[in-house]
Amino acid sequence: MLNWTNFLSQLFNGLVLGALLALISSGLTIIYGTLGLLNLAHGAMFMLGGYAGYVAYHATNSFALAVLAATLFMLVFGILLERLVIRYFYDRPDEDQLLVTFGLSICIVETVRYFFSSMTKTVPPPSMFSGITSMGGVIFPTYRLALIGIVAVALLALYLILYRTRLGLIVRAGIEDSMMVDSLGINVYRVFMIVFGIGAMAAGFAGIVNAPVVSLSPGMGEAILVQTFVVVVIGGVGSFPGAVLGGLIAGEIISLTSMINPAYSYIMLFAAMTLVLVFRPRGLLGKKGRE
Amino acid sequence: MSNRKSNTYSLERRNFLRTGLGVAGALALPGGFIGRAFAADHPSIGTYPAGSSGDSVFIGITVPRTGSYALQGEDELKGYLLAIEHINEGNPLIKKISPKSKKGVLGKKVIYGVADSAAKPNDAVQAQQRFISENKAILMTGATSSAVAVALNKLAQREKVLYVAGISGSNDTTGKDCVRYGFRQCFYGQTAAAALGPVLVKTFGKNKKVAYMTPDYTYGHTVTKSFQDHLATAGWKTTTNQVSPLGSSDFSSYLLNVANSGADVLINVNWGHDAVLSIQQAKQFGILDKMKLVVPYQVPFLAPQVGGGLLAGVYAATDFWWTLEDKYPLAKMFVQAFEKKYGYKPQWGAENAYMEFALWAEAVENAGSFYPPEVIKSYEAGRKINSLVGEVSWRAADHQLIRPVFIVKGKKPSEMRNKEDYWQVVETVPGLPLMQKPDAFGCKLGSYT
Repeated sequence: MLNWTNFLSQLFNGLVLGALLALISSGLTIIYGTLGLLNLAHGAMFMLGGYAGYVAYHATNSFALAVLAATLFMLVFGILLERLVIRYFYDRPDEDQLLVTFGLSICIVETVRYFFSSMTKTVPPPSMFSGITSMGGVIFPTYRLALIGIVAVALLALYLILYRTRLGLIVRAGIEDSMMVDSLGINVYRVFMIVFGIGAMAAGFAGIVNAPVVSLSPGMGEAILVQTFVVVVIGGVGSFPGAVLGGLIAGEIISLTSMINPAYSYIMLFAAMTLVLVFRPRGLLGKKGRE
Repeated sequence: MSNRKSNTYSLERRNFLRTGLGVAGALALPGGFIGRAFAADHPSIGTYPAGSSGDSVFIGITVPRTGSYALQGEDELKGYLLAIEHINEGNPLIKKISPKSKKGVLGKKVIYGVADSAAKPNDAVQAQQRFISENKAILMTGATSSAVAVALNKLAQREKVLYVAGISGSNDTTGKDCVRYGFRQCFYGQTAAAALGPVLVKTFGKNKKVAYMTPDYTYGHTVTKSFQDHLATAGWKTTTNQVSPLGSSDFSSYLLNVANSGADVLINVNWGHDAVLSIQQAKQFGILDKMKLVVPYQVPFLAPQVGGGLLAGVYAATDFWWTLEDKYPLAKMFVQAFEKKYGYKPQWGAENAYMEFALWAEAVENAGSFYPPEVIKSYEAGRKINSLVGEVSWRAADHQLIRPVFIVKGKKPSEMRNKEDYWQVVETVPGLPLMQKPDAFGCKLGSYT
């Protein structure tokens, strides 16, 4: 449906979708970049963050506390998962890593289903962001608008951690060459643990802030996982700025294509990914020769 | 890529989830009546006679236990399991539907296996193929996605093993993709549109502008088409049709198109979890304040999930709603038995599942044999059968059950008599006048052997 109002609405909506995809994908990409581990449980962690927030919300009736609780819970969960399972797989073949994270994702999803059933769970937006905002003919849910700000703050925090701290320096060095970092006497495995925790935390944060937009269900991570992979491929594997750029591009492609024909939204997304793979296999912001 | 990825995913999950395969059957009934199943010397076909030569017969059930239709799949499964229990114990309810039934079917205990289809045709076909080769299944069931129903129809015809569809709303299931070995009891796009269309025109008037939201597969396309055709006769015009893939989570880009379409009515054909999310998000975008929502093909557990009284005043067509117990004595027996066993009122998926098995038992008992062509002919005889929703019969030409369609209207939270009293049945529409001519959708049943 081509008209100005719809174009502006969709452009805007693409930004919201893209911001969320960027946030989820950034966790996936820093884990892959640093640990060299493709985490197929990332979608499940996104979902788990949402449920953790749901529980916290119903215990406290505060959305802010729910976000905080979900984020911290997922940080701890990520660290525990790394210590108990993931770290034994760093030196194993890629397919073992895929299988174990895939298995973990099944366990997480079915455990949640066991306790919460497949019934959809809702978390309402905080009252100051409920309702609809009208912007000169374009109407938009207020919470979705606020989400742009919320996600921007979260991405900024991730940026500061990665680019303005010593930890971030080591992480980025690890992305370039983890063996060299190790031989410089830095305990690279401790860094791995923290990175996995941060990645899980980013997924969990995205899970709870997304809950007022898309209600929770145990299988919700499955669909998002596919999209985040596309984002990471477009942006460049292991690149944090790439994940942000890739997320925004993906969001706009989905939204703007749907204006012309919604059935082609995802076809266009995959077509874009194919083009990137053909003409720039390392992704838009990926670097050549990265491990 | 998306599909390939998720297929592998669910395939693994299905293995993880598979339950019930080792059902300890076979020890139930004393021997001595085995001969009955071999009364006539039939040639072997499909899993006959191997599948019915022991003390038990095996049914392969594939329902979605993960994915967008998981919740509805579990409800459907419960209906199947209750029916199997009732068939095996010779429950009075089964005897009312199938008067020749005693314990089991032709004296054989019914055992079963369950696999998660995740509403994906490939997964369902693989699982059923295994049930056929390993368990000599004599009956297959389970859909909750017409894409699965159509795929299993084809498998049934190829393997010569009977298939009863379960939840399947596409016109194609007993239309262009109908088969001799497949049967469907539930309502579908055409009957939903023919039953609900006049109610919509009466309620909202003529010459309305309507936006559709359609899941991108056979169910969605045929249901939307049926409604467009019926409502066009009253001058209703489609302003937009938003087609989304099954399993979508964020409907915002579709909903913006709906919001900017200038429609008076939103007909949301999405089903399962997709219906829940799209309705909730339509509310977020202020659409439900501007447009009248219609859910043409009612979704089990929709009302408690969308919450917030969003379905108050919303019309839907359905196969069953539990308050029909006031109208049909057999429905009352069913609702009571179901609630006693599972602790909630059965949704229409469970009713549909129960009916499918009860009607199958009736067909086999009347055939007096498990020989598939005879069972099919027994179905096709068109007997009047007492059922949960009154008297029904099978239409021989397309294997569709002739049964009523119910129009329900969402209650306001203040009108609910109890916590499960979400819908009010406003109309009972007899089935036959709603149905297209058997060949109108291109049904050619194929051969018996």
